[in-house]
Amino acid sequence: MADMSPKKHAMPSQEPRVRNKNFDEVALGYTAEIAKAEAARCLNCKNPLCVSGCPVNIDIPGFISRVAEGDFEGAYSVISASSSLPAVCGRVCPQESQCEGKCVRGIRHESVAIGRLERFVADYHNANSTEKPQKPTLNGHKVAIVGSGPSGLTCAGDLAKLGYSVTVFEALHVPGGVLVYGIPEFRLPKSIVAKEIDGLRELGVEIATNTVIGRTVSIDELMDEEGFEAVFIGSGAGLPRFMNIPGENLKGVYSANEYLTRVNLMKAYREDSDTPIMKSKSVTVVGGGNVAMDAARSALRLGADEVSIVYRRSLDELPARKEEVEHALEEGIKFRILTNPIEILGDEKGFVRGMKCIEMELGEPDERGRRRPVEKPDSEFAFDCDTVIMSIGTSPNPLIKQTTSGLDTEKWGGIIADENGRTSRKGVFAGGDAVTGAATVILAMGAGKTAAKAIDNYIKGI
Amino acid sequence: MFEILVKKSINPTVSLMEIYAPAVAKKAEPGQFIILRVDENGERIPLTIADFDRDKQTVTIIYQIVGSTTKKLDALSVGDSLQDFVGPLGKPTDTEGKKHVAIVGGGVGCAIAYPVAKKLFSLGCEVDAIIGFRSDDLVILKDEFESVSNKLVLMTDDGSAGEKGLVTDALKKLIESGAKYDEVITIGPLIMMKFVCKLTKEYGIRTVASMNPIMIDGTGMCGGCRLTVGGKIRFACVDGPEFDGHEIDFDEAIARSSTYRDFERHRYEDTCNLLNKAEL
Repeated sequence: MADMSPKKHAMPSQEPRVRNKNFDEVALGYTAEIAKAEAARCLNCKNPLCVSGCPVNIDIPGFISRVAEGDFEGAYSVISASSSLPAVCGRVCPQESQCEGKCVRGIRHESVAIGRLERFVADYHNANSTEKPQKPTLNGHKVAIVGSGPSGLTCAGDLAKLGYSVTVFEALHVPGGVLVYGIPEFRLPKSIVAKEIDGLRELGVEIATNTVIGRTVSIDELMDEEGFEAVFIGSGAGLPRFMNIPGENLKGVYSANEYLTRVNLMKAYREDSDTPIMKSKSVTVVGGGNVAMDAARSALRLGADEVSIVYRRSLDELPARKEEVEHALEEGIKFRILTNPIEILGDEKGFVRGMKCIEMELGEPDERGRRRPVEKPDSEFAFDCDTVIMSIGTSPNPLIKQTTSGLDTEKWGGIIADENGRTSRKGVFAGGDAVTGAATVILAMGAGKTAAKAIDNYIKGI
Repeated sequence: MFEILVKKSINPTVSLMEIYAPAVAKKAEPGQFIILRVDENGERIPLTIADFDRDKQTVTIIYQIVGSTTKKLDALSVGDSLQDFVGPLGKPTDTEGKKHVAIVGGGVGCAIAYPVAKKLFSLGCEVDAIIGFRSDDLVILKDEFESVSNKLVLMTDDGSAGEKGLVTDALKKLIESGAKYDEVITIGPLIMMKFVCKLTKEYGIRTVASMNPIMIDGTGMCGGCRLTVGGKIRFACVDGPEFDGHEIDFDEAIARSSTYRDFERHRYEDTCNLLNKAEL
């Protein structure tokens, strides 16, 4: 009989006032006892809706029932049959709009804490398993993967398991893509990403860092000269957007990508890092997604006295994960909702000194059903700040499009691919943010998985 | 790892290194740049490709010691290796179909101007090179420019070498004396490029300026290298580094280039007194 308590077991976490001054992980993870107790809340539905909410269709009741029995390695086997990065997904998936959003327990009370259980199982396995993956027998076919983010790593792992010789090309000096440069240490420790990548290396995947596809070597050259029979493009959506308002190029205006890259990839928060970052007192972040929350919470940890988020809609429309918004609020981040920037103000030396905004109100719903924000007439106001972080989205990087022949792209830059990841160019597949525009880690993983199957079929001539 | 095969000091604050980097050497073209990290905690800094040798699989970089990273770089010797070396980045200089070009380089910017001049000269273009420095002891690449130009004018601020005056004085003189340039290419300090572009605009000569802003990834991801060109935001790393000089907002670029000056100075003064001598 399932435990019918209405609430999820709380996640043990660092205290808000402690954690907003350090970069250590906020959530500490369930203990085995809490995990078993939480697993007992699962009703083990005959027709589990949670599975349909998961982009990679993990057998959720299957793994949770093993957790309830204390068979944590068994639970790991169930998850890893469908997902290659469970320690990552347990931490960064927007569960409330996926698996947990469909959980029947969530209709009247709180859903089962599927994400927290997934994280527990993956961490348990990483801490306790000494089993090395078996290197598959090579089938003699070479596949190139462009980009080492979630879609690329997933595609590489699946193909390596099938016996392909896989090389992953990464432009930066460390693999991991957005998992390394974008998502902060306090939300996703880099040691976890490194562990996942080590696992791929053990499978035989080669990772070539410092290689910019489109510059160091082109996709045409990979296929025509270096013998790769297929290429998967998982280059993400890294090109930051700006608002095109006055003052956006003042000193102290960052894209969220630049700010987070300085902090996460280049470790600017550490004394021994050579990479500079502004010592800000008052930071304003523009945008309402996970990236905006990450930037705001990083700014606080770097020592800012005051951090606020400017968002043009209301709290209900924030696209960020619910947990990130709650964490941001607990840590002392202010939300200036229904507010839109119209100008960034500078001092005589060209540094940011404030922001001019206008109040918004919600009008008619747009095509996606979200109520469209409209300006309130004569409601301009200004406030002081010394740093502005623009977090209003990113576009796919143009390099690959510019340097690959026969690759069709959308007007906005996305690579055109069918439901199996096939592009207009024979042997070239694509997935993740490079195709969809900025989305989630799990959707990118799903695309990498699908493309791996399609590449296998393509090479086998099926 | 990327081994240092040659290291030479070419003036008191500027050195040259030849780095073993086969993948970069294979694709490098004039006008492009690389990003390097000296060690595990190092920052990523962009440096222009001063030369390359496809057979030896090497890339030459020329750097001026201006901050903590270039200081760290300069502490390495032949046989040591760089942690990371990625490129070639940016778009190559358009060198096709030009008949007569003036190349205007200033200070360490001459390091990028040189391979551009070399390529144009090898394609049969008439090249007038104007290179400017503060004083005689800071002059670099004079002989190299001599061998890849039809005319070389050396300018120094104090007249200690070549002619006394600014590169714009020399350029104006050549234009006034009847030189018909298809294009002027300028590479050097922002303030110098600003005035070169101002001058050529008066004469209606198409001018390309090579920009070297603050940058992290160099692949279009951070937006730190953004400039306003023709009223639009452009990224030097993927859209450049060369832009139409008459469209660049130089005043904004000059302001942005000083974002971390205080940080750099603190770091640098902690370790070295050479700053007082360096040409900033």
